[in-house]
Amino acid sequence: MELLIGQTLSGLANGAIYACIALALVMIYKTIDHLNIAQGEMAMISTFFAWQLMEWGVPYWPAFFLTIFVAFCGGVAIDRVLFRPLAKAPVLTHLAGFVALFMILNSVAGLVWDFTIKPFPYPFGTSPFLGSSLISTHQAAMIGISMVLLFLLYLFFQFTRIGLAMRAAATLPESARLVGIRTGRMVSLGWGMASAIGAVAGMLIAPVVFLEPNMMAGILLYGFAAAVLGGLSSPAGAVAGGLLVGVFENLVGTFVPGVGHEIKLPLALALIIAVLALKPNGLFGRKITQRV
Amino acid sequence: MTHRSETVLDVQDVHVEFSGIIALDGVSFGIAQDEILGLIGPNGAGKTTLFNCLSRLYHPSRGDILLGGTSILQWPAHQIARAGIGRTFQNVALFGDLTVRDNISVGMHALTRGNLVSDALRLPMSRRTEARIRTETEELAELLEIADVLEVTAANLPFGTQKRVELARALASKPRILLMDEPAGGLNQEEVFLLGELMKRVRTEFKTSILLVEHHMGLVMSIADHVVALNFGKKLAEGTPAEIQAHPQVIEAYLGGGDA
Repeated sequence: MELLIGQTLSGLANGAIYACIALALVMIYKTIDHLNIAQGEMAMISTFFAWQLMEWGVPYWPAFFLTIFVAFCGGVAIDRVLFRPLAKAPVLTHLAGFVALFMILNSVAGLVWDFTIKPFPYPFGTSPFLGSSLISTHQAAMIGISMVLLFLLYLFFQFTRIGLAMRAAATLPESARLVGIRTGRMVSLGWGMASAIGAVAGMLIAPVVFLEPNMMAGILLYGFAAAVLGGLSSPAGAVAGGLLVGVFENLVGTFVPGVGHEIKLPLALALIIAVLALKPNGLFGRKITQRV
Repeated sequence: MTHRSETVLDVQDVHVEFSGIIALDGVSFGIAQDEILGLIGPNGAGKTTLFNCLSRLYHPSRGDILLGGTSILQWPAHQIARAGIGRTFQNVALFGDLTVRDNISVGMHALTRGNLVSDALRLPMSRRTEARIRTETEELAELLEIADVLEVTAANLPFGTQKRVELARALASKPRILLMDEPAGGLNQEEVFLLGELMKRVRTEFKTSILLVEHHMGLVMSIADHVVALNFGKKLAEGTPAEIQAHPQVIEAYLGGGDA
């Protein structure tokens, strides 16, 4: 029983990170209708930036918040420089753009910081959380910080004027423009926020997977699985999907004989295929019907 | 021609072409303050094209559109709302997965201020703005009799109610001129009558001019002060409803045209 609870909790800890990545994916998907396969690399490079700041002697928390801010600006810049000119381009052009972004970020990180694995600090250490043997302080922090972040985002989108404008612009850009919303700006904000969320996820998971240019490859796959499971059009679904995938992965890895650490990642891929085959709109997604 | 007060919106010699097809061919007319102007014409006459020019979705190849004496053609679409042009769509273009409340509130976007930082930090300015948006949203919902569905997701409402929500959203920006594209489409006889009453009330209470594109002749002839008839992208006739109903070319093209 203790093993079950412990594994569920550490599944939730990883799941919180998947939830953040999935939410970042969904935010971009809702604004530009494409999946940002470079989301993981964006998070990775933000994490390297935080590491560099700390190498220069900046304490953890100032580095943490400065990184979030810089990641936000970087996201806006990516939209302005790369994706705004592609706004009306066909889907394959977008895909090429995402692949290019992926490779550029990955190579630049390798060039600047090389490919050796670096340790990343735990903000709260790894002692047992409140003396409990079930979960470490860092895992509790992963869950806590992600959930606070997600809750703040929910409040922002639900209760502020700009949040409402962003939702409106993502739903129906033509109508949004007619009520006076600068839709291009809302898309940029979406990119900035997605990038900032990714940065938080990257900094929280980096102590666990260690810092190196390919650190987010697995995380991104779980994030995809989570977003697909929750339904690509549903932010709440992305979060629920992330937590479910985290717990599912951990429980299967622990309790199903023969499923070791090696086979966990293929499980995420199998989950994507299963959801797409059985319930293409995900658990919370809205069915898209088009008037013809 | 009957006496009309000062012109709010002036459409001057507007041409629109879609790869060789001429959709509008030198159309000119004006809308006076607090006037309901009916724009009629058979399918394909260019009514919706003209609407799309007015809301800056299309750009005319020739001619000009003046709002209060200033050309709207150099403004981007997002400034149209602040300038005072609101619109509703033929097929209803609501934000489907947003609630009725959010749909109306978003209509006030052009009139209110705030940015990411002030909103995210909930500065007093943003809080006041949001309180004002809340009150005005509720007043509009009251007026349009949709107060009891404020928290319902727009896509789940019946078509007639969605049209009211869309009208509320358009009115939220306090337009000087309201463009309504076939508001009677898909409504039954009683709903059309109520719509006409509502439009007259809106005109008085909001002091707005209304440009109405409509196939429902009963509605146009009963509430419009002035009617413009289009056919094949050209203006056929213009005058009071009675003059238009008696106009031989209009009768031929539209009202009495065999199978119409």
